[in-house]
Amino acid sequence: MSAQLLQSLLSGLTVGAIYALVALGFAIIYNASRVINFAQGEFVMIGGMAAAVFVDAGLPLPLSVVAAVGLGMAVGLLLEKLAVEPARGAPVVTLIIITIGASILLRGLAALVWGKKIRPLPAFSGDAPIVIGGTAGGATLLPQTLWVLGTTLAAVAALWWFFNRTLSGKAMLAVSHNRLAATLVGISVRRVLLVSFGLSAALGALAGVLIAPISFTAWDVGVMLGLKGFAAAMLGGIGSGPGAVAGGLALGLVEALGAGYLSSAYKDVFAFVVLLAALVFLPNGLAGRGTAERV
Amino acid sequence: MAFRSLWAIAALAFACAAAAQPEPIRIGAFLSVTGPAAFLGDPEQKTLELYVEKVNAAGGVLGRKLQLYAYDSAGDAEKARAYVKRLIEQDKVDALVGGSTTGETMAAVPLAESSGVPFISLAGAVVIVEPVKKWVFKTPHTDRMACEKIFTDMKSRGATRVALISGAGGFDRSMRAECLKVAGNAGIQIVADESYGAGDSDMTAQLAKIKATPGVQAVLNAGFGQGPAIVTRNYRQLAIGAPLYQSHGVASKQFVKLAGDSAEGVRLPAAALLVADTLPDADAQKKVVATYKREYEARFKQEVSTFGGHAYDGLMIVLDAMRRAGTTDKGRVRDAIEATRGYVGTGGVVNMSAQDHMGLDLTAFRMLEVRSGDWQLVDFRN
Amino acid sequence: MALPNNYTYEVAILVGLNAVVCVGLNLLVGYAGQISLGHAGFFGLGAYGSGILAARYGWPPALSLPAAVAGVAVLAWLVGRPILRLRGHYLAMATLGLGIIVSQVLATEDRITGGPDGMAVPAFFFTGEKAWYWVIATLLVLTVWLAQNLIDSPRGRALRALHGAETAAAAAGIDAARHKLAAFVLSAALAALAGALTAHYSGFITPSKASFLHSIELVTMVVFGGMASTFGAVVGAAVLTTLPQLLAGFKDYELVALGALMMLTMIFMPRGLVPTLESAFHAARRKPR
Repeated sequence: MSAQLLQSLLSGLTVGAIYALVALGFAIIYNASRVINFAQGEFVMIGGMAAAVFVDAGLPLPLSVVAAVGLGMAVGLLLEKLAVEPARGAPVVTLIIITIGASILLRGLAALVWGKKIRPLPAFSGDAPIVIGGTAGGATLLPQTLWVLGTTLAAVAALWWFFNRTLSGKAMLAVSHNRLAATLVGISVRRVLLVSFGLSAALGALAGVLIAPISFTAWDVGVMLGLKGFAAAMLGGIGSGPGAVAGGLALGLVEALGAGYLSSAYKDVFAFVVLLAALVFLPNGLAGRGTAERV
Repeated sequence: MAFRSLWAIAALAFACAAAAQPEPIRIGAFLSVTGPAAFLGDPEQKTLELYVEKVNAAGGVLGRKLQLYAYDSAGDAEKARAYVKRLIEQDKVDALVGGSTTGETMAAVPLAESSGVPFISLAGAVVIVEPVKKWVFKTPHTDRMACEKIFTDMKSRGATRVALISGAGGFDRSMRAECLKVAGNAGIQIVADESYGAGDSDMTAQLAKIKATPGVQAVLNAGFGQGPAIVTRNYRQLAIGAPLYQSHGVASKQFVKLAGDSAEGVRLPAAALLVADTLPDADAQKKVVATYKREYEARFKQEVSTFGGHAYDGLMIVLDAMRRAGTTDKGRVRDAIEATRGYVGTGGVVNMSAQDHMGLDLTAFRMLEVRSGDWQLVDFRN
Repeated sequence: MALPNNYTYEVAILVGLNAVVCVGLNLLVGYAGQISLGHAGFFGLGAYGSGILAARYGWPPALSLPAAVAGVAVLAWLVGRPILRLRGHYLAMATLGLGIIVSQVLATEDRITGGPDGMAVPAFFFTGEKAWYWVIATLLVLTVWLAQNLIDSPRGRALRALHGAETAAAAAGIDAARHKLAAFVLSAALAALAGALTAHYSGFITPSKASFLHSIELVTMVVFGGMASTFGAVVGAAVLTTLPQLLAGFKDYELVALGALMMLTMIFMPRGLVPTLESAFHAARRKPR
């Protein structure tokens, strides 16, 4: 395998893992409420920025990371309580506009409170690149990339366990399948909504913290990442967890390979063309789960 | 009845008193304070506010105080246009200083030209002053100058086969186009031309492609924002040996901080402002840059930026022109701006003319190299 | 309606142009119930289409404008057929993807389009704020009239049936695909028209006009004003175009104010401004004296 190919694959996997985490966040909220949360990208931003600010203030890195994810989760819970719950019953499009307003608000607050500087975050276990396959013909990997990939795997495993083995997780799945029936058996949809927002926000913040040592963080990083995460979620089939992960990795790989082998100027266009083609030929995304429509 | 007329007289007297105050000189500014180009507009706005205040404290210009009307166009050309309309029609400004990005500047150009308002732009692309437009000037060095300076330095190190990597923003694309244009004349051959997107996290795929291209002797990254910092780190990660050049778009301590150790040995062209402390005293710009740096940092507790410096130069050139013309009549001020000679600013020594509405030459750019986390002057001319 | 100075005319013209796009978008989103998150792409294509034909190929704007609009309509027809087979959020994603492809291509092909910094566009055969104001105002009135007539026609009723329940409509014999496509193409053409006019009016166009953020702005205007309400689309455009101008004084707080305003309005008036006000008005009238 050529060095260039290996390097492109590694690059694609790294970015893809981040897209996967963001996409998972979209999937969880969508499942609970049928809403596309356009503020998902801002959770990523909050995670990275908060961690950077805490580190600057002198907190040790592990504590900053945990605190940042906690802050992200808190913002997600607040968003649900203050903005989504009062608007329950509104048409889905209205809820989407509310999340758009929330993303603008969060960005404005971040710029106000934390400033517009681009901030670095120290890597979790150092910067020394790991060489694979020899210095001349091989590729290099940052230790941080291993953290990104490993944590994503761990998160996916933990979520699988949560949704399939715990009562609360199964309750959330029930709501996503049939809200009315779930209410009838006594599941509190309100609580499920709250938990889903908190969980998605935590995932987003985690993604932000993981990627910040590689690509820095700033008040406006949420826009692009949120968009690509959404695209990944759609590619995988909205509402499907494994689909979101597959979609994220696929999108990252298509982008990196497009950049390395076709035209790097058009790599984003290439990625979206592939996405569109996939949607046209697989109208329910990679996971293929159709949504039954009531007549 | 008498009571009411007393009020009327009092009001009239007050109005007359207010009118008796000399009319302020109105300076209009439209800057990208928020949005993707915020690190351009933010120091620009701070600089304008600081120096309008200082000039007023020293008595103003032509016996009149300055009044600043500054709007945030957030990097959006449409917004910039609307704000410039507002500045010209509603706020009735005497001169315009602004347009942090080329897109915003170009959107404002037709308005400045048709309404006849002197406009000093703070954006980089060469199209702003080429072809020359009667009412439009600019203070920052052009991207073409940056290319020429970099190519000259590359040749002096024996590198003529060069790879280009640039981002998706206006600055990036414009500089890339200029570099491709002037490469031939400068004796440089561009052997690779890669790009990355806005907000991308990792450029190793593109750099791996460059590494796999045979015979690359130097690499130029035309960009600003976080992209170049990521490119620099990826560059060292891939252990690419050829020298790396950045553009003046990242001429700031922030870039060095973000790129960390991987910035060691990176070269870029920049204004003398960046090395204000280490400039020899005999240097023509020493006094101006050292003073600006001291005053800005004391007030804002932030590192100076060359973009703020361009705003400083823009404001001072306008005020200097007004003083020389002895009036705020827009036509005479415009003529006076065009006649600026030997003005020492943070960007260099300015000599404008009817054909040159920027006034800087290649000596205004200094080649700097990052060593031990700080800037070092590489060429010791001027 | 005479206005104080050129600046207010400018704002009015921008409102009018946005309103034309929104009325068209409302036909698609509000009435036919299809989501489009990439409409700014059509706006941008209309603008650049007319701009490039006029600036680079020397066509008179009176010719380049209809050519551009026609071109976009054809493109929308070609692209719409496969895409409109998608439902709900998948359609949203597809339109979003289209919009991004368009804006990226416009930004990258800098030799033709001038790149991210944009390009200059020749003016129309008439200039001056007042002239443009009257032209745009007339256009808006015509567009609203067209939209209202369409909605009340048999075709319009077919469209609205789609929104309610596509399967049921099909069972009643309505050709869903054809009607969806018609709504899509018409709204695309209107967006392209507004785009081309904006380009010639401003004398300048940048790819940000085709961006994802602009698409979101347009959908927000429609939902904010009230979906399935033509008048609502106009009001939404008016409010959300002038609001940033009014908030200009807030400087650093502008984004925070805008976001908060959007959220609060949608929480307390979930069906949009105009339908909520209309209901309140009717309720008030029905109160016993």
